[in-house]
Amino acid sequence: MIRYRVAVHVVPRRGLLDPQGKAVADALHTLGFGGVAAVHVGRHLVLEIDSADEAGARELTTRMCEKLLANPVTEDFEIASVSRV
Amino acid sequence: MKFGIVTFPGSNGDYDAYRGVIEALGEQAVYLWHKDHDLQSVDVVILPGGFSYGDYLRAGAIARFSPIMTEVRAHAERGAPVLAICNGFQVACEAGLLPGALLRNNSLKFVCAPVSLRVENSATMFTSGYDAKEIVTLPIAHGDGRYSADEDTLHRLEKEGQVVFRYAPDSLQAQEAYNPNGSMHDIAGIVSARGNVLGMMPHPERAVDPLLGPADGLPLFESILHRVAA
Repeated sequence: MIRYRVAVHVVPRRGLLDPQGKAVADALHTLGFGGVAAVHVGRHLVLEIDSADEAGARELTTRMCEKLLANPVTEDFEIASVSRV
Repeated sequence: MKFGIVTFPGSNGDYDAYRGVIEALGEQAVYLWHKDHDLQSVDVVILPGGFSYGDYLRAGAIARFSPIMTEVRAHAERGAPVLAICNGFQVACEAGLLPGALLRNNSLKFVCAPVSLRVENSATMFTSGYDAKEIVTLPIAHGDGRYSADEDTLHRLEKEGQVVFRYAPDSLQAQEAYNPNGSMHDIAGIVSARGNVLGMMPHPERAVDPLLGPADGLPLFESILHRVAA
């Protein structure tokens, strides 16, 4: 078994109202960052997983996202990175 | 009739529900610990309000895996009544007992206030004690109450009469904003396709005693009583 560190991004589904993202965008505009077109606030999770190989770690992470880490109704997820610990 | 009220770590509406059943309704109530696997032969399950498991990850996301939820799901599949209030509604959505999800209020603020609601379907086992399209007042207390679902789900809910409570203007504030959280279609409460699981953000169990304000939640409990006893 090899230990992998897997980073996952969970973000609100595009098109759904994201009041938190909008509030942050408004604050950035107030600070003078006028070039910010939109902000989306989500979650960044880092998991340490024991797996035989990288493909196994990715597959396991995907299943965990579908079952618990992301809500399939309102959120999308992506595996941002996989590295050996 | 026996009501079972599930206590998750962080539930805070469980005592309100317990007291409502015992004192206002005059029926039996027991607490069901989240780690148990025994529903103690209750007729009705209440998933109460509060903050189960700190609402970590998402409200209700972890509570849905509580041991007792296996039995609650079986109870619902038998067609027996489940009343899911506030955090209980969030748990029921996460558990797949009801469609959709509850997201952060569009104001980003926790809202604690009485709201007016229209009873959209008074033919359910939970609402037969109300008049059709009756306007009632119930308290809300939540930060994540914005009901969201995809278009197909919303269409089905509307078509099948599954939207039970909707945020609505009372007669006096018709021009003011009345949707407290940005819920799609102003949805405050829905029932499952079979009609035996009701999820709602407002708190009927906190509106059962005229001493503390409008007792508009009492007919909901009486409706269940009449249906299950019949």
